[in-house]
Amino acid sequence: MAIEVRIPTILRPYTKDQKTVAAQGATLALIISDLDANFAGMGERLLEDGALRRFINIYINDEDVRFLGGLQAPIKDGDSITILPAVAGG
Amino acid sequence: MTLEISRRLVDAILEQSRVEYPDECCGVILGPVGSDKALRHKPMINAAHSPTFYEFDPKDLLALYREVDDNDEEIVVIYHSHTETEAYPSRTDIAYAGEPGAHYVLVSTRKEIATTPEFRSYRIIDGIVTEEPVTILE
Repeated sequence: MAIEVRIPTILRPYTKDQKTVAAQGATLALIISDLDANFAGMGERLLEDGALRRFINIYINDEDVRFLGGLQAPIKDGDSITILPAVAGG
Repeated sequence: MTLEISRRLVDAILEQSRVEYPDECCGVILGPVGSDKALRHKPMINAAHSPTFYEFDPKDLLALYREVDDNDEEIVVIYHSHTETEAYPSRTDIAYAGEPGAHYVLVSTRKEIATTPEFRSYRIIDGIVTEEPVTILE
């Protein structure tokens, strides 16, 4: 199954400017490793020491993945994933 | 690049920074996609409720991007206030700046230079800060 992933502007240099890409995987961790396999360098922008980066938000449909099990969040057919950098600072 | 912005929007942002003091305030100004026109003001809640940090709530952030997409708009300005320091991007502002196309506006509520309120605009791309002129349309 192919899951639609929406890519924010700041990561589009990795996807040749595509706003949405397709990825495969039954968990968020597998989706991210599939993204990294197809768009080299993307994994490092999303993960730090094997965990989700604090200031990258990932949503499955309308829900923040932090409330769905993080990297272990299950992904099912028809889900869509949105990646957004946090708007934050000091 | 120059940021062009109406006096009304500048005043609204400065007023929000005073109302939310001592916390940092934050928000965006939207415009039609591709226009670079700062037209529609949307104040956001600082989910950090802090005098030294701001962050859009992740749920509000998703709703904002959906709204922008649905309306064929773009985020033209991302602004926040500094409460006691210069209206210049901090190290964390630079580290987390994630919208290379946006004007990052900083205002300051610090008191020691109270003659004219600080309202300044920057591009922040790949860790490089470039200040740009601001033209206020009266």
